[in-house]
Amino acid sequence: MISRSLALHGGLIALLCVLQFVLPAYHHGNLARIMVLATYAGAYNIMFGYTGLLSLGHALFFAAGMYGMGLAMQHGGLSPAPAMAVGLLAGLAVSAVLGVLALRTAGVAFMIVTLMFAQAGYLAILYFGNWTRGDEGFVIQQAERALAGIDLSDPTNRYFAALVLFALGMGLTLRLVRSRFGRVLVAIRENEERTRMLGYDVFAHKLGAVILSGTLSAVAGAAYGLLFGYVGATFGAVQYSIFPLLWVLLGGAGTVIGPFLGTLFMFYLIDLSSGITSAYMLVAGVALVLLTLFAPQGLAGEIRARLWRWLP
Amino acid sequence: MLATLEGAVTAAVLALTAVGLSLVFGVMRVVNVAHGEFFMLGAVLAWWVAHLAGGHAAVGFGLALVVAPVLVGLIAALADVAVLKRVGYDPERTIVATIGILYIIQQVTLMTYGPDARPVEPPFNTRIPLPWFEFTDQGFALYWPWGLSTTSYKLAVIGASGVVLLTVRLLMTRTRIGLLMRATQLDRETALAFGIPVDRVYAVVFAIGAGLAALAAVLIVPISQAHYLMGGDPLLLSFIVVIIGGLGSLPGTVVAAILIRLSDGIISVFFSPTLAKILATLLVALVLVFRPQGLFGGARA
Repeated sequence: MISRSLALHGGLIALLCVLQFVLPAYHHGNLARIMVLATYAGAYNIMFGYTGLLSLGHALFFAAGMYGMGLAMQHGGLSPAPAMAVGLLAGLAVSAVLGVLALRTAGVAFMIVTLMFAQAGYLAILYFGNWTRGDEGFVIQQAERALAGIDLSDPTNRYFAALVLFALGMGLTLRLVRSRFGRVLVAIRENEERTRMLGYDVFAHKLGAVILSGTLSAVAGAAYGLLFGYVGATFGAVQYSIFPLLWVLLGGAGTVIGPFLGTLFMFYLIDLSSGITSAYMLVAGVALVLLTLFAPQGLAGEIRARLWRWLP
Repeated sequence: MLATLEGAVTAAVLALTAVGLSLVFGVMRVVNVAHGEFFMLGAVLAWWVAHLAGGHAAVGFGLALVVAPVLVGLIAALADVAVLKRVGYDPERTIVATIGILYIIQQVTLMTYGPDARPVEPPFNTRIPLPWFEFTDQGFALYWPWGLSTTSYKLAVIGASGVVLLTVRLLMTRTRIGLLMRATQLDRETALAFGIPVDRVYAVVFAIGAGLAALAAVLIVPISQAHYLMGGDPLLLSFIVVIIGGLGSLPGTVVAAILIRLSDGIISVFFSPTLAKILATLLVALVLVFRPQGLFGGARA
């Protein structure tokens, strides 16, 4: 069982590794982007897919990491490695505070509270425009984007950095699913009352899931800013809270490989449709409605239900 | 004083929009994220109708006042039957589905109506000067200073909103359909067992909720303008109002709308608008965290 899952996920990483040498430049760049965003979606999946907490405010974490990293470089004069650490810590702090507050609520109220906090965060980015440059955002200069002597603005290096990040995120999720902690999270998703009755500290486990998910989202956000050299307020807006939900739903919530499939599919769907119409969000809207109607389990979820029951 | 009156106009419109959202949540337990888009559709349709009708501004506006809410209500009922009913009104899946509906409506409007903001002429718009009291050396004096004025249309908006809100209240408490709605709200299963067509009640409630938002939009469109992105602010504000007023409580919603609008004016005197928005959003989030039944809600139902 473990070997099959290892073969599947290891195979995906190997395939992505090979694709690097085959793909034309345009798709090459796209795939690097997709891998970073899939890491973000994977982080979202820890909360939504495994713990059953639907957040509508994950952009807050993504932006916390991105701005933690970006501001540390721009105004703190830090080099990329410590700046990434600042981004991680920012995500850790924000998710801990949000977790403690928002987890007092449940269900619909939880969604609205996360949405509201993310909105406040987005507005705060605009409000402190002197430092964050608001809507315009700021560019991280090419010369500064070097990690341990490796120039991350070079497409090949960038691709491998994204691949390493993606593999780390996926490895983390695979570990989590098998761990005691991860199993309790699934138990909470399935039946919170019963889990509490069995003697587990439900609040602490949920908080752990929020912090883990938020921090990983922040790392993805920081990496996105560093790899593609741009930090902007759009990444803190509502869309970036909706996107991971969409990707995870499409790929399959509660599966390790689902977020990647969803991100890949959606990215190219929007990429192709934006060639035809400027109203590409229409595609996202239709996809959301159709998904909730016909495939609430997503691509990987349907595969699991029909073919591979062992899919983690 | 002038700020208060302007606040009253927006409060009236906000109350209408929020009551629509509150009704849908109260009866159906559905958080309609696409509510702001129904508001926007109302405004855009008002422009279409007024544009097509031609003639005197009042003709187009009068037509829009009837046609836009009805059309939006129909669209909402369609969305309810085609989508919401089929996901079984599961709270989380309906939120996701209404987010989808939000994007569909917004983008279809962008593709057909375009990205411009367009005004609708108010049916009547006479300037009414307001008196101003002042104590001078000669004692008490009364002025009609230039600039301190309102328009008859703004007063009419306040009046119309009041009438509509009363009608909704009467509809809920005095009529058969209101009775059915309240029965469904209290206990869906029992209502079903008593032969109440719950499905149809839901469709009607969803349509009325959307229609109210559209009506509010038609009323405000001569003051502001119709634009395809105009749904965002009313959605957020309606959420704030409904949460502060207690989810599903109509009088609480109206009180909260007035309170929010008035305090909004006062806050924005001291702070910048962005900071005011940040504070308002945080406040609402904290209210939900620490007082989930709302400020005016009683014990948890």
